[in-house]
Amino acid sequence: MATTVPGIPSSSLAERLTRIWETRPGLLGVLATVDHKTIGKRYLVTAFVFLVLGGLEAAVIRLQLARADSHLLTPEVYNQLFTMHGVTMIFWYAAPVLSGFSNYLWPLLLGARDMAFPRLNAFSFWVFLLSGLFLYSSALIGQSPDGGWFAYVPLTTAAYSPGLNMDFYAIGLTFLGVSTTVGAINFIATMFTLRAPGMSIGRLPIFVWGTLTTSFSVLFAIPALTLACTMLFLDRRLGTHFFDSAAGGQPLLWQHLFWIFGHPWVYIVVLPAMSIVSQMLPVFTRRPLVGYTFVALATVSTGMLGFGVWVHHMFATGVAPLSATFFSAASMVISIPSAISVFAWLATIWHGRPVRGTPYLFLAGFIILFVIGGVSGVMTAAVPFDWQLTDTYFVVAHLHYVLIGINVFPVVAGVYYWFPKFTGRLMSDRLGRWNFWTMFVGFNLAFFPMHITGLLGMPRRVYTYPSGLGWDGLNLLTTIGAYVFAIGVLLLFVNVIWSRTRGAVAGNNPWDAFTLEWATSSPPPPYNFEVIPTVASRHPLWEQRLGQPARSIITTGPALDEGRETVATSLLDAEPEGVLRMPEDSLWPLLLALSLTVLAYGLLVRSWAMSGAGLLLGIVMTMGWLWPSPAELETA
Amino acid sequence: MTAATHVRPVPPLATGREPAWWGMTLLIATEAALFAYLLFSYFYVGSMARGGWPPGRPPELTLTLPNTFVLLASSVTMWWAESGIRGGNTRRLTLGLAVTIVLGAAFLAIQGVEYSHARFTPRTDAHGSLFYIVTGFHGAHVLVGLLILAFVLARALRGHFRPDRRVAVTVAGMYWHFVDLVWLAVFTSLYLAPRLA
Repeated sequence: MATTVPGIPSSSLAERLTRIWETRPGLLGVLATVDHKTIGKRYLVTAFVFLVLGGLEAAVIRLQLARADSHLLTPEVYNQLFTMHGVTMIFWYAAPVLSGFSNYLWPLLLGARDMAFPRLNAFSFWVFLLSGLFLYSSALIGQSPDGGWFAYVPLTTAAYSPGLNMDFYAIGLTFLGVSTTVGAINFIATMFTLRAPGMSIGRLPIFVWGTLTTSFSVLFAIPALTLACTMLFLDRRLGTHFFDSAAGGQPLLWQHLFWIFGHPWVYIVVLPAMSIVSQMLPVFTRRPLVGYTFVALATVSTGMLGFGVWVHHMFATGVAPLSATFFSAASMVISIPSAISVFAWLATIWHGRPVRGTPYLFLAGFIILFVIGGVSGVMTAAVPFDWQLTDTYFVVAHLHYVLIGINVFPVVAGVYYWFPKFTGRLMSDRLGRWNFWTMFVGFNLAFFPMHITGLLGMPRRVYTYPSGLGWDGLNLLTTIGAYVFAIGVLLLFVNVIWSRTRGAVAGNNPWDAFTLEWATSSPPPPYNFEVIPTVASRHPLWEQRLGQPARSIITTGPALDEGRETVATSLLDAEPEGVLRMPEDSLWPLLLALSLTVLAYGLLVRSWAMSGAGLLLGIVMTMGWLWPSPAELETA
Repeated sequence: MTAATHVRPVPPLATGREPAWWGMTLLIATEAALFAYLLFSYFYVGSMARGGWPPGRPPELTLTLPNTFVLLASSVTMWWAESGIRGGNTRRLTLGLAVTIVLGAAFLAIQGVEYSHARFTPRTDAHGSLFYIVTGFHGAHVLVGLLILAFVLARALRGHFRPDRRVAVTVAGMYWHFVDLVWLAVFTSLYLAPRLA
């Protein structure tokens, strides 16, 4: 494959590129780096820390519910635990963990040297981290959010929740929204401008379609949450009347705004995970994905349909029958693109030769859980069925099949798949199989009986329950399953830690996969690719295997070694358009994120001086960030 | 071992749809969604209101109608400033930016006067809360726009911009035109629509 070309010896090119792109050593480098691979790994580790925190909360909840009439926890503490469990998992784990994969992989998959806005990428991570610390600082004063993860008014208004609990919620979610929004803008702008020459829209790795779709969803969904949280804060602390029916306000306005955001959010935390599956499955069945175009279209259309179904969360609020019927039908329509994806996966397995290692187990397990979660979803989309089961454990079972089945299982599959790229070493397959079966058995043991608990009428969010209603045995089973599942997740961490130093050395492409991230070393150098590759098909590293003439060019191309540079290409056909100069490492993103933290605490304690100071600092930091350096003025 | 040709196939990107342009376009998209949800909230609560909406007389036009023209004029001056630098005229750029900033600041000042004369406050009732959150969010966006314009003016005075290096002016202009356009939607919904009923 290696072509000899006249020019400079490659090793000196590598050295020069390393000097240009590597992060400076020391604390300053740690705080100032804009390397998307470092940021991606930080995202992943931080998201997993939040997964552990949310998991510990769930463990305590399940201990409390293991038997009837348990008084291990007070109702107040129980409320905080289930709220923090939901908020942590849905907002600070499920989406950020996917951002972690996307951050690490985006430029590698697209054949670029970094994201379009590297410093914005760093800012996005710092805000994610600091907003999470802000949320969890509520535990220090024992006033964590306690109104459920969807925080319905009037329960969450000042009259019924006078503490700081729901202020942490309203401010924390708005703060996190900044991170999610700028992250989405970055993914889209990068995909639109920085793809390797030749990577036209039909040659995108399928994973890109998932994150691209959810990035657009984020842009149109997050503002609804930001607005709802702003109104909640204003009603609670400044005496406005948005949700106050006594002064002409509408409690249901909260539910509309929250679910206009909330249902797209469900797809935001599952579509990239489903795309991880579509990306990995061909590698582990040794054949291209069946129906690439249909899967891509199904992804995009699910993202769009996700905006037209929010009222199905509100069937029990007395919405008009016509409206309920419309939203019920719209919700059921979503099963069409979902089924298209499932059949595409099944056909890929059917026509392929599955390689039954740990990643494949997680992929196959995911498909099973996806179907179960999908079916219970169609059931709750039916209005009369929903009326019967809303606010019961049936809904809890459904949402866990969706969120754990469609998010956690593909995420773990992704960890096994890309770990060699992150670290240069493979994870243990033997431990991996234990890992899978413990998680799979534990999960189903915990959550399948929950459907029945719900059908038997057990309401969600009760801190304890009396004996003799037929719920005792099922709840004990759920608790046992939850702990088995927790052991499974623990095995994942053991495997990660063990394999980091003792795993088999991976080499560039241990799975014999076909996308560009496998064309560079493991872990990749700071500059990703020595030369910018040219892509000529959907499977640049499989062209020979598939009997296509090998046309993608990996080893020769523009070197761009006169500074941090990457190639800009056109939107649809990825024709080269120019060379972009990329920014250096910078402390401004961290300083701006810290200023916003001052603002968040200022609002929390209602100190105008502190809020104003945070805002002012934020303006100063933004201007410092955007003011061009002399070097930038010379080259631009 | 890979070998690489040391080639530069393409010239440095001059203008056009570069990342900054996309960044601003996408920011405007998400901001537009925010205002769509604000107006949704206003109309939703209005549609559920017992009695008329808005309660009492519609908000006065005496100050707001002229103020609307002040803001629209600022879009024209912004366009004039940007077309100046496109032709290499830095003087026109700085002058245009300065006038735009003055007009934007005048809009905010007049809105402040209107607030101080209003018959209701954010605490009066749900309509008051909605009126102030919609116009307040817009005012905050004007303020952010003014900061951006001041930043670009400071750069312009240092001679940072040339016809082939003016993306900061372009994206600042995009944001400013967007803020003006949103005002038309807000003005139509809150001030004109009640008069049609």
